[in-house]
Amino acid sequence: MRHIISILMENEPGALSRVVGLFSQRNFNIETLNVAPTEDPSLSRLTVTTVGDDRVIEQITKHLNKLIDVVKLVDLTEGNHIERELMLVKVKALGAARDEVKRTVDIFRAQIVDVTPSLYTVQITGDASKLDAFLQAMAPVGILEVARTGVSGIARGDKVLSL
Amino acid sequence: MGRQRHTAALDTAGCPADRTRDLQGRNTVELLSGADMIARFLQDEGVEYIYGYPGGAALHIYDALFRQDKVKHILVRHEQAATHAADGYARASGKPGCVLVTSGPGATNAVTGIATAYMDSIPMVVLCGQVMSHLIGDDAFQETDIIGVTRPIVKHSFSIRHPSEIPEVLKKAFYLAATGRPGPVVVDIPKDMTAPTERYEYIYPKKVKMRSYNPVTRGHTGQIKKAVEMMLKAKRPVFYTGGGVVTGKASEGLTDLVKQLGFPITTTLMGIGSYPQSDRQCLGWLGMHGSYESNMAMHHADLIIAIGARFDDRVTNNTSKFCPTAKIIHVDVDPSSVSKTVRADVPIVGPASSVINEMISLVQGQSISQPEALTEWWQKIDGWRAEREGKLYEPSKPGEVLKPQEVVEALCRVTRGEAYVTTDVGQHQMFAAQYYKFDKPNRLITSGGLGTMGFGFPAAMGIKQNFPDDDVVCVTGEGSFQMMMQELSTCKQYGVGVKIVNLNNASLGMVRQWQDLNYKSRHAHSYMESLPDFHMLIEAYGFTAITVNTLDELEPALERAFANKHELVFLDVKVDPFEHVYPMQVPLGAMRDMLLSKTERT
Ligand SMILES: Cc1ncc(C[n+]2csc(CCOP(=O)(O)OP(=O)(O)O)c2C)c(N)n1
Ligand SMILES: [Mg+2]
Repeated sequence: MRHIISILMENEPGALSRVVGLFSQRNFNIETLNVAPTEDPSLSRLTVTTVGDDRVIEQITKHLNKLIDVVKLVDLTEGNHIERELMLVKVKALGAARDEVKRTVDIFRAQIVDVTPSLYTVQITGDASKLDAFLQAMAPVGILEVARTGVSGIARGDKVLSL
Repeated sequence: MGRQRHTAALDTAGCPADRTRDLQGRNTVELLSGADMIARFLQDEGVEYIYGYPGGAALHIYDALFRQDKVKHILVRHEQAATHAADGYARASGKPGCVLVTSGPGATNAVTGIATAYMDSIPMVVLCGQVMSHLIGDDAFQETDIIGVTRPIVKHSFSIRHPSEIPEVLKKAFYLAATGRPGPVVVDIPKDMTAPTERYEYIYPKKVKMRSYNPVTRGHTGQIKKAVEMMLKAKRPVFYTGGGVVTGKASEGLTDLVKQLGFPITTTLMGIGSYPQSDRQCLGWLGMHGSYESNMAMHHADLIIAIGARFDDRVTNNTSKFCPTAKIIHVDVDPSSVSKTVRADVPIVGPASSVINEMISLVQGQSISQPEALTEWWQKIDGWRAEREGKLYEPSKPGEVLKPQEVVEALCRVTRGEAYVTTDVGQHQMFAAQYYKFDKPNRLITSGGLGTMGFGFPAAMGIKQNFPDDDVVCVTGEGSFQMMMQELSTCKQYGVGVKIVNLNNASLGMVRQWQDLNYKSRHAHSYMESLPDFHMLIEAYGFTAITVNTLDELEPALERAFANKHELVFLDVKVDPFEHVYPMQVPLGAMRDMLLSKTERT
């Protein structure tokens, strides 16, 4: 099963490499990874999506927790949560397809953020499956370039991940 | 921490501590260079010995160590030996070992020793010189990203980014190395961080606090209660305890608990001595080359009480066939060890000592609910014991070449089972662990997790320097000894009186055994046709060597070797090159599936 693990860690040089290194060292897999400092500049928040059975996920969270730089973590998929990813896509927009792309962008509540005579640059946010669906819809038109941020997430309700 | 920089001219008399003075001229804080801070910190931390080897990036630190005499620096002949020596010291004393190496090749030479300590959870702090900060990343002379190289084999690592951080970072390094599940910590120190001309305030940090690191101090009371209830009800219980009991200093408590319950106990290779082996309740050690009765008891148990052990593949054999009828209680200080390879029915995360003490207080005044079942269990175990009694190996006949097992038995007799025994890796390691009887923890010092040939001799050196009045003996093989034999020179320099028993089978015995069993005796590169004359080699360093060929020479040679505690003596004992280590678990089988000799199998 796919899990989204969010980690608060010390914003120290090398901290990220310890997390990434752990995954390769222990043969765990990383689907997406995203990291940035939080409102407290001494802390970074890292979100990783990974796939594994319960035993593997238990090992992943235990080993992450063991890293000295990791302050706290949560497996968001254990409860209700909000999952978001941002994607920028360059698609061909020529002739009849130009309108077709515009309509699809609206349907997905995406935005066109840059335009040239031959292409649109589209920005879209949502969970990973929505982004996948958008790419599928655009495939016949011609996708030129894709940049995805990787999944970020937060728990619903009163629960907070903080110190 | 004061980051204010105070520059001073480098005076020729060295760099004595500078001090700031208040208006009345009284000393307030000390001002020290980064290098002097390191030396001072090590003194304040109570480090007695540091093992190392100098080089460009570490020279400021070497100069600072030279100008003091509290911390003694031991110059090894290869950085790997420095780490093994510090490791041996740590295992024997329970305190972190300390190492100092230079950047680049100095640091990479230390890698095997760091990995060895990591696999066996040994506390160690390794200080590595590094090129000057402004050169990092430029492929400067002797630059290696040692933080990157060692990342998967350290508990944690630090890079010094400002000299004023040194006391705090070193304090954290020692704290991390020794607490929770211990392990090696690497500190990377760019040369400019130790410049003698730049001085900063030095205060020894008495305490450390890290918001991201809070090792557990006790187990979950409810879980411990549940475990004790299961223990009192068990019909066929076995304790299975590991290195965590030794490093967690919980041997006494464990012995109490096991005696009170009257249960059998088997230990891992790393846990040897955590319960006295000469006691009737001890079945020896378990696993690949463990005792017949240990492996049989594990396989037939209905309750396994694992403490400070990690269900390593050398113990469990095939996990899907592992102990089919047993419920499992697993106590470990490291949550990631629990249910890693074998699922625990009652997981308890906590330090061995506190969990064991809680168990003792719960067991006190209680009695086991099925004493007849336990008696029956013991009859079964005694039966297994009796089955193998006197059949463990075939002693040599008069005039025949010695069996390695009888050499270890004689060694145990001559040293009354009280020596610190280090080993290298191979058949001799297994024989040492099987035939020397250890009644105390921290006495068998062996590389269990990594299986590092070359470990034994430098480890013995580290122990002997710290326990000069004890017998310290390295049981080695001619293959392993040649991996670190340059340390004879270190022993000469410091007068280290270790004893070396070379079980010389003129072959990489363990490799040859596998080739006999799995490759129709095609001995690809396991035979060593070009061995040195060890006698001459040892004498070249000015030490005594004794060659032993026959049984009647053996004990007198051992007596002679151990007569003087302060003299290094090398025993080159010629042993049977065709001997195999048994029992040996059958690959992919259950714990009870064992080869018992060249012709017998369970
Ligand atoms: C550094 C290292 N290289 C290779 C091995 C693989 N290995 C394990 S045992 C062994 C043979 C050891 O020979 P020796 O020291 O003579 O011991 P013996 O088995 O003959 O008693 C080898 C090569 C190892 N454990 N460590
Ligand atoms: Mg050999």
